[in-house]
Amino acid sequence: MDDLTVRSEELFGLYEGIADTAGLEEEAVVAVPGREHVAKGKSLEAIYGASQWHLMWRKFVRNRVAVGGGVVIVLFYLAAIVAPFLAPYTETSRFTRNIYMPPQRVYLLNEGRLQPYVRAYEAQFDENLRKTYTATGEKTFIRFFVHGEPYNLLGLIATDVHLFGAADDQPVSLLGTDRQGRDMFSRILYGSRLSLTIGLVGVVLSLILGTVLGITSGYYSGWVDEVIQRLIELIRAIPNVPLWMALSAAIPLTWTITQTYFAISIILSLTQWTWLARQLRGQVLALRSQDFVLASKLAGAKDRWVIFRHLVPATLGQIIVVSTLAMPSMILAETALSYLGLGLRPPATSWGVLIQESQNYQSLALYPWVFTPAIAVAICILAFSYLGDGLRDAVDPYTV
Amino acid sequence: MLAYILRRLLGMIPVLVFVSVITFIIIQLPPGDFFTTLQAEVAATGGGQNKETIEKLQEIYGLDQPLYVQYWKWVQGWVRLDFGWSLAYNAPVWNVVANKLAFTLYLGFLSLVFMVAVSMPIGIYSATHQYSIGDHTLSALGFLGLCLPGFLLALLWMFLGIAVLRVDVGGLVSREMQNAPLSLAKVQDYLVHLLPAVVILGLSSTAQLQRIMRSNMLDVLGQQHITTARAKGLKERLVINKYAVRLAINPMISVMALEIPKVINQSALVGIVMMLPTLGPIYLHALLTQDVYLSGTILLIMVLLLMLSNLLADIVLAIVDPRIVYN
Repeated sequence: MDDLTVRSEELFGLYEGIADTAGLEEEAVVAVPGREHVAKGKSLEAIYGASQWHLMWRKFVRNRVAVGGGVVIVLFYLAAIVAPFLAPYTETSRFTRNIYMPPQRVYLLNEGRLQPYVRAYEAQFDENLRKTYTATGEKTFIRFFVHGEPYNLLGLIATDVHLFGAADDQPVSLLGTDRQGRDMFSRILYGSRLSLTIGLVGVVLSLILGTVLGITSGYYSGWVDEVIQRLIELIRAIPNVPLWMALSAAIPLTWTITQTYFAISIILSLTQWTWLARQLRGQVLALRSQDFVLASKLAGAKDRWVIFRHLVPATLGQIIVVSTLAMPSMILAETALSYLGLGLRPPATSWGVLIQESQNYQSLALYPWVFTPAIAVAICILAFSYLGDGLRDAVDPYTV
Repeated sequence: MLAYILRRLLGMIPVLVFVSVITFIIIQLPPGDFFTTLQAEVAATGGGQNKETIEKLQEIYGLDQPLYVQYWKWVQGWVRLDFGWSLAYNAPVWNVVANKLAFTLYLGFLSLVFMVAVSMPIGIYSATHQYSIGDHTLSALGFLGLCLPGFLLALLWMFLGIAVLRVDVGGLVSREMQNAPLSLAKVQDYLVHLLPAVVILGLSSTAQLQRIMRSNMLDVLGQQHITTARAKGLKERLVINKYAVRLAINPMISVMALEIPKVINQSALVGIVMMLPTLGPIYLHALLTQDVYLSGTILLIMVLLLMLSNLLADIVLAIVDPRIVYN
């Protein structure tokens, strides 16, 4: 311990005299790899006595970009939970007189006072019979906590309060409207519910499958291991995307949205579990010859105890990382399948369905704002990737 | 070496047979068949045939036979390159698939060349100028390219081209050039359509390769023999390009082998989004119309491409690295 400067011999009595260190002035220069800092009494004990999770958390928090990604993801999920409150309109409410309306700019000051408003638009046809929107000169004021269309908050409370909305009947459309006059901002918020949760359900399913099969395959060698490895190789031999396309085409058109939703998450998780299983098998192969497993077995623990009580917590870091990194590909796969028309179909609202509705390339040139769901997907995937990368660095005990 | 290749090729055959059975079952999962799907589509607009005609058609094309009979009819023609009859295109499956397969391989090859040509110099630069602004920028850009897959990039590119830049994107030729005679403008037009496709297809793999190249180079540059070479007075360019890079490349080949499945996956989606003549669009069409032999054949082709590319990667690795011996 030559990189440690101790100024008090009571340091070695740290664990016995935990209560004594409170308020005392021992200091030590602690060399945490990569950084040096002077730790006083209690925080010294915190560093030495830190659990595995505490150390991982500290390392994760140092990675600002990953924390930013995590914050963005949490915000996305919170927005998905309270989407009906945040959205001024529902996913199906139409403004038939404002089809393909461009996004409205919000003006904050009205004659010097803070009264946010948007300009009301009306549709006109120019000499080429192309629809253009001109301001009527009227102002639509934005009110907060307005009464709008009724919905069920969190599925329990029936209410009709929305975060913001128009003071009168005119639409307030922050991101424009689409082909049927539906507000894009509301549709993106509603679409995030299906898109984000399908990834969650799929990841949970593949987590269960992957953990059980991976740890079993690593713990019991022999024919169990062989069978599971052959199965993994067989699944890996078929390229993912064509397999998903083929399986999704098998979903009957007559199924409800919920049934299609679960069918797609099952299809996606059928191939995702192999990655987790492979990783865990490698880790368990290394872990099962460790002393703590031997000690546990000698104490008379059954296999189930060793697996669930020792091996799963030891591999939990890896499980979290692989699952987090699997989320963006799940979300993207669902988006791609819905875009192709094979996954969720209208009237289900997910980001993929929204992108598919903007698929008409000619209208994309004239009305580019219908493409904004793709931006939402891109931001979500980037945030998840940064978060997953940060988690992977935090969990890895060999990097600084 | 030859014996190893032959053994691997022979070992592929049972896997192929097994996978072909599985793909055939998967393709047959949707209820109904080609004619019932067509009937449902046409009946929506008020047309369609009566039940006896449909049953007669099913009998003619063998769609009412049990599954194993249909499967055997499909398999027994493989040796003669006869993959069945495509009902959607009313032609033999091989005729439909051959051109598209050639273009898919061509595009994949170009993407591979792009991947290697771009990731190596960038990776070497990042490693030799570690922590510089260039390194940080390239790593940030690389990470961006890594997480945004080809499908999303293709969508963004189509959007940029149509809505912002107002150029003709999608397909291989623009409308004006379609029937024009060969000229410099036509070649330019072709490149303008082809190059973005190549870049988009290879971008995420390029980012991954660049990261791995950078970390490999950093490992190698820390080794003793590099220090010795520098101490002996060798030019820095020689040290890096002749000694360090050679060692750093070896693990890259196995990484490239892992990237090829990604390229195969993405080429299906990118081809559909950018309307290129690859296997993707006809595969989607075959799935939606339930053209069994066509979609089964395309899925099998992709599996075969995957296995062959793994074998190729192993062979190249064995050639490049004399330490690897396959007995």
